[in-house]
Amino acid sequence: MAAHRLSPSLNRLLFTLKNGSFHSRCCAVQSTASYSSSSSSEKTFDKILIANRGEIACRVIKTCRKMGIKSVAVHSDVDSSAVHVKMADEAFCVGPAPTSKSYLNMDAIMDAVRSTGAQAVHPGYGFLSENKEFARRLAAEGVTFIGPDTHAIQAMGDKIESKLIAKAAQVNTIPGFDGVVETAEDAVKIAQEIGYPVMIKASAGGGGKGMRIAWNDEETREGFRFSSQEAASSFGDDRLLIEKYIDNPRHIEIQVLADKHGNALWLNERECSIQRRNQKVVEEAPSTFLDPETRRAMGEQAVQLAMAVDYSSAGTVEFLVDSKKNFYFLEMNTRLQVEHPITECITGLDLVEQMIRVAKGYQLLHKQEDIPINGWAIESRVYAEDPYKSFGLPSIGRLSQYQEPVNLSNVRVDSGIQEGSDISIYYDPMISKLVTYGSTRAEALARMEDALDNYVIRGVTHNIPLLREIITHPRFISGDISTNFLPEVYPDGFKGHQLDVEKRRELLASAAALYITAQLRSQEVLGSLRVSSVPVKCSKWELCAELGDGCYTVDVTKSANVFTVEVDGGKVEVSGEWNLAATLLPVTINGTDRTLQCLSRDASGRIVLQFLGTSFQVRILSKLAARLNAFMPEKVAEDTSSILRSPMPGTVVAVSVKPGDTVAEGQEICVIEAMKMQNSLTAAKQAKVKSVHCRPGETVGEGDLLVELE
Amino acid sequence: MMAAFAVTRGTSGLLHGLRASFRGFAQVKRGNVAAAAAVAPTSRRRDCRWYCVSNLSVRERIDTKRRAALVGGGQSRIDAQHKRGKLTARERVELLLDPDSFVESDMFVEHRCSDFGMEQDRNKFPGDSVVTGRGRINGRLVYVFSQDFTVFGGSLSGAHAQKICKIMDQAMTVGAPVIGLNDSGGARIQEGVESLAGYADIFLRNVMASGVVPQISLIMGPCAGGAVYSPALTDFTFMVKDTSYLFITGPDVVKSVTNEDVTQEELGGAKTHTSVSGVAHHAFEDDVEALLNVREFFNFLPLSNQDAAPVRESHDPSDRLVPALDTIVPFESTKAYDMLDIIHATVDERDFFEIMPNYAKNIVVGFARMNGRTVGIVGNQPKVASGCLDINSSVKGARFVRFCDAFNIPIITFVDVPGFLPGTAQEYGGIIRHGAKLLYAFAEATVPKITVITRKAYGGAYDVMSSKHLRGDVNYAWPTAEVAVMGAKGAVQIIFRGKDNQAEAEAEYVEKFANPFPAAVRGFVDDIIEPSSTRKRICRDLEVLASKTQKNPWKKHANIPL
Repeated sequence: MAAHRLSPSLNRLLFTLKNGSFHSRCCAVQSTASYSSSSSSEKTFDKILIANRGEIACRVIKTCRKMGIKSVAVHSDVDSSAVHVKMADEAFCVGPAPTSKSYLNMDAIMDAVRSTGAQAVHPGYGFLSENKEFARRLAAEGVTFIGPDTHAIQAMGDKIESKLIAKAAQVNTIPGFDGVVETAEDAVKIAQEIGYPVMIKASAGGGGKGMRIAWNDEETREGFRFSSQEAASSFGDDRLLIEKYIDNPRHIEIQVLADKHGNALWLNERECSIQRRNQKVVEEAPSTFLDPETRRAMGEQAVQLAMAVDYSSAGTVEFLVDSKKNFYFLEMNTRLQVEHPITECITGLDLVEQMIRVAKGYQLLHKQEDIPINGWAIESRVYAEDPYKSFGLPSIGRLSQYQEPVNLSNVRVDSGIQEGSDISIYYDPMISKLVTYGSTRAEALARMEDALDNYVIRGVTHNIPLLREIITHPRFISGDISTNFLPEVYPDGFKGHQLDVEKRRELLASAAALYITAQLRSQEVLGSLRVSSVPVKCSKWELCAELGDGCYTVDVTKSANVFTVEVDGGKVEVSGEWNLAATLLPVTINGTDRTLQCLSRDASGRIVLQFLGTSFQVRILSKLAARLNAFMPEKVAEDTSSILRSPMPGTVVAVSVKPGDTVAEGQEICVIEAMKMQNSLTAAKQAKVKSVHCRPGETVGEGDLLVELE
Repeated sequence: MMAAFAVTRGTSGLLHGLRASFRGFAQVKRGNVAAAAAVAPTSRRRDCRWYCVSNLSVRERIDTKRRAALVGGGQSRIDAQHKRGKLTARERVELLLDPDSFVESDMFVEHRCSDFGMEQDRNKFPGDSVVTGRGRINGRLVYVFSQDFTVFGGSLSGAHAQKICKIMDQAMTVGAPVIGLNDSGGARIQEGVESLAGYADIFLRNVMASGVVPQISLIMGPCAGGAVYSPALTDFTFMVKDTSYLFITGPDVVKSVTNEDVTQEELGGAKTHTSVSGVAHHAFEDDVEALLNVREFFNFLPLSNQDAAPVRESHDPSDRLVPALDTIVPFESTKAYDMLDIIHATVDERDFFEIMPNYAKNIVVGFARMNGRTVGIVGNQPKVASGCLDINSSVKGARFVRFCDAFNIPIITFVDVPGFLPGTAQEYGGIIRHGAKLLYAFAEATVPKITVITRKAYGGAYDVMSSKHLRGDVNYAWPTAEVAVMGAKGAVQIIFRGKDNQAEAEAEYVEKFANPFPAAVRGFVDDIIEPSSTRKRICRDLEVLASKTQKNPWKKHANIPL
């Protein structure tokens, strides 16, 4: 299917290669992130300061290195040994952990610019990337801001103004209220005028923060309150606006690139419909949904908008696309986007390099017809979060083991952490962006599956189970997606991979093989012994495996490294190296190669295996142990309906109850802010409050007791 | 030998049918000191000693006795035991040992009491209230006794004690560990002083075996009164949550003497002893978990003090670098980190069997392997009370170090210690005496000793924690190490008392002392190493130190400050 798309673009590729404008596309997807370079003789800057942290700082530094530019990292005190700090040529501490005191601290960053003599600043995304004041201050000191002019930042940064400009530039827009909403009651009135559902969002916002959907008056009031708080804490600007909420839309965005000479290009689209709580999870380029005409129409409107504000640098115009391929302008992000790598993969351009060139005042090297769609790229955002709690609540911890699947071909991992790094409550919990690339979508998807299976992340809860389920879901594979994909596919919340009979057999067989390997190894005592050892000679085992509520008889025979397992009415043959220390467990199950991960193994037979992305706990017992285990009492679990524990680490923002209060089921008890998101915790039943164990402003860990009910 | 064939058959199912026919059972009340009421009369037939009829051959009598021994106190009591979530003595032995490896002894032993009607046939049980013998765990020899709660509540008769003593003596002769599975109501009161003598016989053997063969107690039911001292004398005491209790006197006596209201669980349950009293070293969820974990634990131990620490096949490369360790110690010296992270990352396969994980958590002790060889790990835990040494942590550490030394297990010590905990509670409690135990233990140990100073090594605590001065074989410092008499602030306040520019002085002190150099230039640490190379170096050093010989001067025994 994708082949016909590929051939014209290959022609373009050849054309451009002839002109020597960029290297082979493959470069862009190497793990070491060697991007195509344009013209090495161009002089740009000697030193660039990157006013950001994490993966995007590392990403920018890589291009700086390639272009022979010295890089300066800024960091908070807790980030002093972070990867971006180590990668940069110089580093400058800009304050304590909270972002408002470090990465958002303009005075400190200006100090860093002055004292390191950086000629330009790349802001990455988030933080100060769309802050016009920052751009203005840099300009005032003669330092180049690698991004658009303040005028464009201001015009596009304000959602209300941007919509007016878009309308004037003949870009399709969503019906809504073109003004600032002052109070909750205002919000309700406006919402009623537009008609439900409505979207309440921060005027200054982006990235899903400070955004709520309301279906009725009460939700509008609540949404107004949350959004304004979040907006205030995230952007220091609590202005909100309201617009019609388009149900079941796709989120497709166009990458634009413009120079300071009136040239602008659209670099095709990115499909970003897979979202949870308005934050993107899986992105791909191109979109399965767009036909060339729609793509061109969207691209041209995006360029019109860019021209209308004299845009320069890389930017993204976001559209909502309904099922009839009508598209509406949503907003323009005047910065490098998180998901820019997939565009780089299919176009072969290094966007950071282009941004730097444009900032220096060079003209664009390409014409619109030079921009190809080569193959297909998928990006999974790997987060430190628990996907079993509303598709992802932040988790924190130390990456005790961490291994990126960069040994696989056509896999690119953009990350800013390494083994031993801490994922803290202060910053975005993103671990990395995992990008795979293929000549077809199917190829890219197959690689993504493989890459996710080979990704080792220990010490923090991560969302790989969810990512792997998404990219293997029939609806996703067929391209039938919308921004409601997750709630529609998992109406009762995400529960991990659901094993069918065959997969269950495979899992149980692998666990049994691992168990026997460990048992046999226990007998391998080396050296000369005073009292000789009498190992149990055995080549056949009768075992029981417990998985969930099920209990299965497992009969195993072993010859060399091959285990033949009879379980649950079927026969499975598993072979592998069975290294008990390795993080990855490559096995062949009935002829199919799979990569499992053994997450833990204990003396009482419990083996936790990551299988098909999801981790499953299997308990393997000998037949005897299983028989005796039947006599063991069930340990009564804690009654959780009367206690409220923090579902994630964060800060207590508000406690709405005090001991003695009676709360109704579903009533808000307290609000926890984590990673800049406010989460309302509610009572699971109607009860009297027995005790309150938290205070506003306090930092709490996951599972900490907050409130007890009677 | 003779007993072996009978035991390997299934226990209960086979014998159901026999139960009713051959005798009636005395009603034994369960509970603490159960034996008192053991001979309550029943209405069942008394003339049931049918198997003694002369026309039965000896062979048949042997078979019958064996069958009787296998069901202990009978099916109804076995059911009762199961209902309490407990396994029977024989089931426990079967699960603990390798399949078909149990060789039972003294299956025919019966108690010798003739008072209070105990001499009647219905009160005689072949094997009495304990199952004893030897077997194998992962192929390695072990002696085992398992008290049978279904016979007179597992109470200890003279015969019962004699059986235990016999296998302990055998274990000493061949040099193999003893594992005791305790589930006993206490003394057999009908036997009076004979029972007490039995306890003392066991205590004596526990003491004689101490430091010769490893001794493990697994408490799987009540263990009260004098009986508690046998586990207390052994090297490791493990408990089963919710079903095991250890106390000198039960809640009733406590109530009458001190007027305290306390439950069995609060007084002597697994939680109490693993987190408050420090009597037990670990607690497990249930019988099955406990036994499987003891199997795993047993793998770490040598069979006796004549054997080297066991070396097992390892899949983890000994030269593996651990980059995660390079960033583990925070820049701020006041900030905590988890010493367990360092331990897990360093040892083979992240496999660490922690001893007393819930008691005196400011020190971490336990067993792991380095390149397959068992090592004992001791580490200060900065996460709890800054990792300071106090009374409990000193005693916990000292006992562990002495076990390792007694059984040739190399000791690896990770140091991040700000000093001994100050305060009246500690001084009145005798921190001087108890802290000395840890010092003593490290000093007298002659096994290979490798020490890694990860951060703070302040004051006397630096000396104590397996320092070079106490015959440490290899002492490393990480670049983050600070070996000093005390932290900068305190030191400056003393050196520059009353002077201005304290901040400047503090900076000077930090520059001078808050780093590994003062110790390194004097040779008190052998090298300053990259944290990521720690595993590789330790594995290499242990290879060399395997042939270490060091002897303490001859003495009858040392006098550790108890």
